[in-house]
Amino acid sequence: MAVDKSTDDSAQGDSNDANTRVQELLKFVKVKGKPVELTGEIKIPKIKPNSFINVKPQLLTALEPLERLGYPVNGLVPNWKEVFLKKMDEILKKYRSVKLFLDICVRCGACTNKCHYFIGTADPNNMPVARAELMRKVYRRYFTWQGKLFGSKYVNGSDLSEELLVMWYTYFYQCSECRRCSVFCPYGIDTAEITMAAREILNSVGLVQKYAHEIIDKAQNIGNNLGMQKNAIINALEFVQDELQETTEIPDIRVPIDEEGADVLFVTPSADFFASPHIESLYGYAKVFHQAGISWTMSTHASEGGNFGLFIHNYGHMKKINKRIWEAARELKVKRVIGGECGHMWRVLSSYSNTMFGPFDWLDSRYPRPQHICEFTLDLLKRGALKIDKTANDEFVVTMHDSCQVARGLEMGGTKYGQFEIPRGVIRGVCNRYEDMPENTIKERTFCCGAGQGLLGDDMIATRVKGAIPRMQAYSYVKREKGVNFLALICAICKAQLSKMFPTYGIPMEEVGGIHQLVGRAIVLGAKEGI
Amino acid sequence: MRSISCEGKSIELDEDGYLTNLNDWSEALAKMLASEDSLELTEAHWEVINFLRSYYQQYQIAPMIKILVKEIKKTMGADKGNTKYLYQLFPDGPAKQACRYAGLPKPTGCV
Repeated sequence: MAVDKSTDDSAQGDSNDANTRVQELLKFVKVKGKPVELTGEIKIPKIKPNSFINVKPQLLTALEPLERLGYPVNGLVPNWKEVFLKKMDEILKKYRSVKLFLDICVRCGACTNKCHYFIGTADPNNMPVARAELMRKVYRRYFTWQGKLFGSKYVNGSDLSEELLVMWYTYFYQCSECRRCSVFCPYGIDTAEITMAAREILNSVGLVQKYAHEIIDKAQNIGNNLGMQKNAIINALEFVQDELQETTEIPDIRVPIDEEGADVLFVTPSADFFASPHIESLYGYAKVFHQAGISWTMSTHASEGGNFGLFIHNYGHMKKINKRIWEAARELKVKRVIGGECGHMWRVLSSYSNTMFGPFDWLDSRYPRPQHICEFTLDLLKRGALKIDKTANDEFVVTMHDSCQVARGLEMGGTKYGQFEIPRGVIRGVCNRYEDMPENTIKERTFCCGAGQGLLGDDMIATRVKGAIPRMQAYSYVKREKGVNFLALICAICKAQLSKMFPTYGIPMEEVGGIHQLVGRAIVLGAKEGI
Repeated sequence: MRSISCEGKSIELDEDGYLTNLNDWSEALAKMLASEDSLELTEAHWEVINFLRSYYQQYQIAPMIKILVKEIKKTMGADKGNTKYLYQLFPDGPAKQACRYAGLPKPTGCV
């Protein structure tokens, strides 16, 4: 590990020891997660203390991305305790919500068994209250007058130590910020905000997680999470257009790129240009736009819907990624912005966009904010603007997994519970057979897929396998009881995670797909009726 | 991070087993990486690997899965032109496992 030359010798000596120790403790060890038997029942496990204490994500060590992101490049900084407390102080002052959430917990225990990672790993540190306690202990020690005066013992606090840092890095990266626990908290404590703040503090001292930050760097500097250059995006989208024209035998169906003056700018996760089953939904979107007769365009500048800046709640990163969408909409002079199937993209677009760069009030006054593709499609379905042959999906009995960032994001379509009803409305509009999973696993109480908010990397396979347990059990229940054989999704992370978890749990990966994959199958092209 | 010895040269791999320096790739290395997974590279595997490498040279990224499927369909016949076949060849997924053998970087993002 290189040495920071700017520090004096003694501090450097100590810090190097600390850095070496922390790097040793965080050394990546691949841990495999063993799937459980699918019984259809979600059981609250007996606790197994520290059972997942060895599961830690890889650290980002590459120099250039760290420099570009403005994080320390040599691992733990020499004066890490000072930097840590300064950052925490800054966050507590800037985000009063975090301070409030640290203050008001009464340890009622309502959240303890609500986390998919606790249910999956049985590690009590994954109880939301226990995870947040890692921060509350530091808060009580350093940010309350009792702690400052009398020290950690008096307030049941924690002094800063390398061991504590390692605990933070371990368990704040076993939280997918899904906010299910918050639904059950009588005080409405948003534990995700605590995790986000913790991750940002870890970043400031030099413990930067690889998966999410490598992607934030690519999204900011290349324009999308995959790091696809312009020529690759054009090649992929032209391929999709050729295929669509070939298979539908409709020569004017298009996937427009960077077309100025189009009505709609469409943004979607770059995974939709690359992976399976994501790509199937892209075919669906194109068919919907074609059949609606609404001009649309994708943008090589705003080639990513996702915004991993949210995962660490770093406004600087979030704004930089989000700005591309704003700029592309301006440059292409579109009237509306529509987002594809992506969970946290929707949360950022619907909840943050307007305040990040001022309102989108220069868009068409009928659509003064970004819209979700599901609300766009449902509106067309309701108006009879799309001809649908539901029997095209008769081989499926469909259920829907509510993605956490949509379900507990804010809203959809400006209607109460729109985020639950609109996607289901689209599915029902294109399929004859639909069954919900048990109530306590869907809608506002939905379980995370097990890999959200930066935990989708292969390094996290153990938590992915365990965190998927509640969803897998709920799916297997409706599969057995109602004959369900298709899980419809509106999030690229959910698609990637569950198409890997399904075969891990012995279910074919073809049973996972996007809602617009179903729309694309049922839409009858060419027969323009309605509008 | 680890290094393996291939044809008398020490080659560095990252934590996930991808090449640190993409220029270190050789056919012998691909065979060696595959054999670590108890996989013998057949002609079909090489079709995929060679296509990935030539696509990467042009676009600095692996191709979309459908582009790969279409290419395999073209070169190996209609019955092989599907995702399922690619997963038979590369059980850990064509995007990740095949890219690793082909010496491409690991795909990032929600994939």
